[in-house]
Amino acid sequence: MSKREMNWAAIDTDPRFQELHRKKTSFLWGLMLLSTVYYFMLPIGAAYFQDLFKIKVWGVVNVGILFALSEFVVAWTIAFVYSKKANTEFDVMAQAIIADAHKLGV
Amino acid sequence: MRILNTVAFFAAALLSSSSAFAAGGAVADEFKWMTFAVFGVIIAITMAITFWAARTTHTTSEFYAAGRSVSGIQNGWAIAGDYLSAASFLGIAGLISLYGFDGFMYSVGWLVAYITVLLVIAEPCRNIGKYTMGDILAFRNDPKKTKVVAALSTITVSTFYLTAQMVGGGVLIKTLIGIDYEISVIGVGLLMLAYVVFGGMKATTWVQITKAVLLVMASLLLVFLVWSPYGFSLPAYLKAVIGDDKVIAQVAKLLGSAAATMSKEELGQRFLEPGLFLKNPIDQISLGMALVLGTAGMPHILMRFFTVPSAQAARTSVIWAMAIIGGFYVLTLFLGTGAAMLVGPAKIAGIDPGGNMAGPLLAQYLGGGAQSLLGNFFLAFVAAVAFATIVAVVAGLVLASASAMAHDIYVGVIKGDRASQKEQVVAARVSSLIVGLMAITVGILAKGQNVAHLVALAFAVAASSNLPAVFLTLYWKKCNTTGIIAGMLIGSVAAIGLVMISPNMTYPKAVLSAAKKVMEGEPAVEAKAAIPGEGLKCELFAVCPKAEPAKLAQAAKPGAPEKKAGLQAKLAIATDAAEKAKIEKDIAGLDKTITKAEDDLKKFAGQTTSMMGLEKPFFLLKNPGLLSIPLGFLCVILFSLVTRDKRAEEMWDELYVRQNTGINAEGANVH
Repeated sequence: MSKREMNWAAIDTDPRFQELHRKKTSFLWGLMLLSTVYYFMLPIGAAYFQDLFKIKVWGVVNVGILFALSEFVVAWTIAFVYSKKANTEFDVMAQAIIADAHKLGV
Repeated sequence: MRILNTVAFFAAALLSSSSAFAAGGAVADEFKWMTFAVFGVIIAITMAITFWAARTTHTTSEFYAAGRSVSGIQNGWAIAGDYLSAASFLGIAGLISLYGFDGFMYSVGWLVAYITVLLVIAEPCRNIGKYTMGDILAFRNDPKKTKVVAALSTITVSTFYLTAQMVGGGVLIKTLIGIDYEISVIGVGLLMLAYVVFGGMKATTWVQITKAVLLVMASLLLVFLVWSPYGFSLPAYLKAVIGDDKVIAQVAKLLGSAAATMSKEELGQRFLEPGLFLKNPIDQISLGMALVLGTAGMPHILMRFFTVPSAQAARTSVIWAMAIIGGFYVLTLFLGTGAAMLVGPAKIAGIDPGGNMAGPLLAQYLGGGAQSLLGNFFLAFVAAVAFATIVAVVAGLVLASASAMAHDIYVGVIKGDRASQKEQVVAARVSSLIVGLMAITVGILAKGQNVAHLVALAFAVAASSNLPAVFLTLYWKKCNTTGIIAGMLIGSVAAIGLVMISPNMTYPKAVLSAAKKVMEGEPAVEAKAAIPGEGLKCELFAVCPKAEPAKLAQAAKPGAPEKKAGLQAKLAIATDAAEKAKIEKDIAGLDKTITKAEDDLKKFAGQTTSMMGLEKPFFLLKNPGLLSIPLGFLCVILFSLVTRDKRAEEMWDELYVRQNTGINAEGANVH
């Protein structure tokens, strides 16, 4: 691909780009916040809520072990949700902007 | 290619020469040939990869980024291969085998870290970057200044990580098969140099993929063998683990006098509960921050995203990496608990106090034990995977440092971006050679040093310096050159400085008093009530009393020489052969302890302060992230706000559009 000079400011102010920016920002921050909060609940729970973590729920398997395992499931789910959204929505929106990019603002 | 063959020959000669056989190691002498055979096969495979990769490595894009032709799935495996270092592969299984739940909890942060990489780093970096972290920062900031700082930070982070890998690897190979420390460091160094110098990123990538596949295969096999007798039921399996006497004995040992009032069942269950290893929750949170934010700032991880053809492929690669890395850590739960139940914590810690031998010993047991052929073949295989792990991780790190040196400093700053392809590739190869030889030298010099904290330090520096700079450059319009430079310098100096005054350093007074206790025993201690702390400040710095949990009364303990005399008396009257052997083993263990204490007493005699002139730690956490990460962010923000930088402002629109759309991103090579 030969590199063309683009009018970046024009693309930036294009409503479609603004829409992509808005959607992406809120989605990404939401997921980031969720994953951070969920992750830090593990060391905090292990330190300050030991009685809860010690409750046996499945034979000898206690809340603590299930919670630690759930960290993996939550991380994978977040990754899956993001990639699904990005593949079906963000990529399509970006593609529309790329297709028109060299026409914008010229 | 003659040089390549020479290196291969030299490495093979080193590994097989009889002078390399030293006494000791987990593999018995009569089975060592098998270990070397497996090592030889793995070395041969990686050399073939290098030979193949070297033929297509001519341009800078081929050397640094494998021609951007690595697929998303391949890159996912390579990231896993790059990331699952010996510390996480052997170390976490070891922690679980010794401390149960806490070891498993420790592994979680290493996976969650990839959420940050996926959501905010991977795709934008692929869209605007070229070969290095410096390229990303130089996009809108002053190119020369930011490239110098980025290269310095890259080399600092990589050197810490590299030193930990070299020293850890040397010790590991010595423990496993008894090859001399220096020889294994040189062997690892030369092999890694061959991959990087001749095959560049392509060879490094495929060595990492090979290693990741071997690692996953080996773990799956072991977990299958450990879990299948229980019909793949989690409660039934864990019930067997905590019902084992060896596990119960370990918990009793860890709890000390508190164990006296607990039943066997309670002791076993305790293995699955928190608090046996990680005692300081604030330190945990600090480490968690460094992991979650540091991984995304690791130069060798960032660099992996330049090897794929597009941002979409970068996304795919993180998803695959998360599946492999996460899946692996779930497997370690079984490897660790399996080793605890079948091999026993006491035996694992007896060979390596950090527990690193849990995985290999479990493999040996599952194959049929120390005397069996299959058992030793399993052990040889796991040892070879460990070896491949070290080489693959080290190769990635060397490539990252060398690219910072050659691409950022030499081409970007000294040559002002005016260098021919040929010149650039030569610079890259020469830099790899320099960094590689440096790594070997540092590895040999650091023999016997405690380097465990260097990994945590590498993550802390990456999180406090690299991540704030990259993140704010990508997402904050007002971010500029002054902010980046100030933030990176202050962030990394703060992280390093805090570690220098933390409990990670060696404090002669503490070492001497511990050695004295070993030799002379301890008097009885009365029970102590808990002391409430005086706030967060006191938990972080030694300026006021810190909270202390209640302590139970402790009976007096005899010194090691006194214990030894008692055992010798017992030995004299023992009649049973098995009992005799056990006492002799205990005496040998005590002798080791005594020698170590005597060495410490001699080594630190007359010294009272650490390297930094402190008698005891001033900063009380082992991980500086809690303070240094916010500081790094704050400095980038403050210095950006008080200065103006026209270029940084003008380039914002272009950067923001490009990182989101991939317009004008570096394309894949077409052959």
